[in-house]
Amino acid sequence: MSAETVNNALLSVKDLAVTFHQDGKAIPAVKGVSFDINPGETVALVGESGSGKSVSALSVLKLLPYPAASHPSGEIIFKGRNLLNAGTRELRAVRGNDITMIFQEPMTSLNPLHTVERQITEILSLHQGVRKTEARGRVIELLKQVGIRNAESRVTAFPHELSGGQRQRVMIAMALANRPELLIADEPTTALDVTVQAQILELLAELKTRHKMAMLFITHDLGIVRKIADKVCVMTKGEIVEAGPTEAIFTDPQHPYTKHLLAAEPTGRPPKTEKAAKTVMEAKDVRVWFPIKKGFMRKVVDHVKAVDGISLELKSGQTLGVVGESGSGKTTLGLALMRLIRSEGEILFDGQRIDTRSFAEMKPLRSEMQVVFQDPYGSLSPRMSIAEIVGEGLKIHGAELSADQRDDRVAQALEEVGLDAGTRWRYPHEFSGGQRQRIAIARAMVLKPRFVMLDEPTSALDMSVQAQVVDLLRDLQRKHDLAYLFISHDLKVVRALANEVMVMRTGKVVEQGAAEDIFDRPKTAYTKALMAAAFDMETRPGGEMSE
Amino acid sequence: MSTAFDMSEATAPTGRPKGWLSPMNKRRWSNFKANRRGYWSLWIFLVLFALSLCAELIANDKPIIASYNGEILFPVVVDYPEEKFGGFLAETNYRDPFIRDEIEANGWMIWPPIRYSFLTANSFIPHSAPTAPFWTMSREEYCSGYPQGVDDPDCNWHNLNWLGTDDQARDVMARMIYGFRISVLFGLALTFFSAIVGVASGAVQGFFGGWTDLLMQRFIEVWSSMPVLYVLLIIAAVLPPGFWVLLGIMLLFSWTAFVGVVRAEFLRARNFEYVNAARALGIGNTTIMYRHLLPNAMVATLTFLPFILSGSITTLTSLDFLGFGLPPGSPSLGEMIAQGKRNLQAPWLGLTAFFSISIMLSLLIFIGEATRDAFDPRKTFR
Repeated sequence: MSAETVNNALLSVKDLAVTFHQDGKAIPAVKGVSFDINPGETVALVGESGSGKSVSALSVLKLLPYPAASHPSGEIIFKGRNLLNAGTRELRAVRGNDITMIFQEPMTSLNPLHTVERQITEILSLHQGVRKTEARGRVIELLKQVGIRNAESRVTAFPHELSGGQRQRVMIAMALANRPELLIADEPTTALDVTVQAQILELLAELKTRHKMAMLFITHDLGIVRKIADKVCVMTKGEIVEAGPTEAIFTDPQHPYTKHLLAAEPTGRPPKTEKAAKTVMEAKDVRVWFPIKKGFMRKVVDHVKAVDGISLELKSGQTLGVVGESGSGKTTLGLALMRLIRSEGEILFDGQRIDTRSFAEMKPLRSEMQVVFQDPYGSLSPRMSIAEIVGEGLKIHGAELSADQRDDRVAQALEEVGLDAGTRWRYPHEFSGGQRQRIAIARAMVLKPRFVMLDEPTSALDMSVQAQVVDLLRDLQRKHDLAYLFISHDLKVVRALANEVMVMRTGKVVEQGAAEDIFDRPKTAYTKALMAAAFDMETRPGGEMSE
Repeated sequence: MSTAFDMSEATAPTGRPKGWLSPMNKRRWSNFKANRRGYWSLWIFLVLFALSLCAELIANDKPIIASYNGEILFPVVVDYPEEKFGGFLAETNYRDPFIRDEIEANGWMIWPPIRYSFLTANSFIPHSAPTAPFWTMSREEYCSGYPQGVDDPDCNWHNLNWLGTDDQARDVMARMIYGFRISVLFGLALTFFSAIVGVASGAVQGFFGGWTDLLMQRFIEVWSSMPVLYVLLIIAAVLPPGFWVLLGIMLLFSWTAFVGVVRAEFLRARNFEYVNAARALGIGNTTIMYRHLLPNAMVATLTFLPFILSGSITTLTSLDFLGFGLPPGSPSLGEMIAQGKRNLQAPWLGLTAFFSISIMLSLLIFIGEATRDAFDPRKTFR
């Protein structure tokens, strides 16, 4: 690195290390990371969870939980000042003014008790001394800039009145309020739907060129990196293993880890459609309406039509992918088919009506139909060991088995999903996200079901782990001739798994048919917009249902 | 697919977990120990409680073991009629010089260190009751009540009133030991039963929600706005007061303390994915509540317990003080305070009661603080 580039750099991180102290042990999270950001440049820190990318970014503004965290070495030079040695007062002048941040969770990063106006005004008055009365015009201008429609009426809105995308836009407006020279974006689109993600990325790119702002972008999604970054730093286990211009990294990766990451997209073909296969699950005109009650007498005035007249047929060995944005009713549909919530309309499992059965009458069928949920952290009881979690269903559906036989079945199921059966006496918190999802799959598989509802089983996982889980699911399907109802907003995963696809929007089917047809020749504008957002991260007309 | 970069954490030793504590509980125990004050309070309290459980062996008006005519007797546990030793009463008074001499002439007796039970009156007090602790007087003075004065063999430290006597010449030390035991036992029983009722009711409300929750919540609001003391006075006038009657009456009102936390925990956790996953396995409501939801609520409940325990003890003490508590004659700290109030010239009564209650409650509060630390998720899941 020549002396000249160092002088030009807006932010220069040199040999940064972060260590966390816990119970007298020192855990290094970041080990000697160096990178430069020039004015107007976007640098992406890419890595999987636990790679230290967020911790590195948070150290720039010293936002880590000190003194539990410490910096054994390193310098963070911003415009000639070392921020690591800066005092609190000096840092406060930089935070929110010269360097600003946007976070992953738009749901929790705004204060729920304050209006949008108040939150943005606070930043303006803090750093620029703008008086509250004068601030409103500036706030409206900022909201317009980040693409919030009806900005004049939205300034008085509370965060809960805004959608996830709008909240993220407000966060960006707050970050831009003082025209920062550097914006740190920590996974700003991870919690958003694909169409909203595309809009936010477009907005960030546009704002960057307009304000000549530098950006440090933290993400695990290589698609986003390719779209937005000038320079990429690939991080793993607290170290940058490869850095360089985006094009070079994508076309000619050097380090094996980079190659591994690039190869991590879910691949493989879904099962072939077989018309002759036996129908496992059939639904006719399924409706789930939640009543809206108003007034003193709690009269039903209207319904939230979460699922509004959906019919489907699922044959054994096949996968039906249900795609749609959040709020489209896809999970509700799955829960209704599993008879976990009340619904109207005929549901047939194996030719038998099940929509008229009570919860107790459903019990014998439960072992045939199983479910894997989205959040591998929430779907395993934290106070039960893995053996107990996986074996719980067997206690009900395998009452004739002895304790030893049950234990054997549990061990078998764990081996089948690629886990060491010897670890079954441990607790969920000792496993990584991917391992936990495997445990959740084992819990479903141990009962030898024929129909499995997969509710976004990969969306909480890292890219390379996602691919492994997709492979595992496909293997299990082939081996046991399983019928999958695969619910996801991630079209890449759906393409790798589903041979039939149903696109849902506000409880209704937009488009339904063979996967190749939907992916290669989408008919409706909405599906086209969804595809563009998912695969090219571009916005298209027709996809503005949610902002 | 290459798994070379799979961040596998499966490096810890495998096999069934060793020991009876799960790793999480081990961590909680070490958090508990880290609070030194609470840890030592727990040990002191346990030792005191264990000692008070053996109160009959420490302070009693009967020997622990006696040998009479070659026969080994256990007067502590067995009531021997006096005619066995040549007397005529239905129950033997071993402190009676006649019986004592008779037994000692034909065998031996092993006495507890304090030769008074909570009801035994000292018939050789130097002045009128209440008498001061012996160490406030000279030997001549405190032995003056005995027939042979200073030379009386009974004027020894076993028969001295270390903390004086109350207004019926009963040994304060003995009454304090028994009173401590009954207070703690009452508190434990009340806490235990109210926890069972309260947790069950909170669990049902939180789990089922809707109308069940609404109706029970309104009921609890009405119920807990009743003036407990008046109800107690009315019931105490109808039913003969006793340990179990009091426990029952107080249980009627104390269980509501647990409902709030448990209900909140169940409301929060009933929509967790693992609960949904359990439903999808076909597991019934009772099992889900017991196996998946109750452990969540137990943390909040356990943190609460020591404070409820000290609250129960205080309630019993105040009832005893007012005279609506345990039946007359029972060793009770509240009654001792009442005596102290009536006999301001005898400060040892009030002081003893005050110190035993305040030390007991402080110990429980310190233990409660340490328990709260131990279950603090920020410390457990750091």
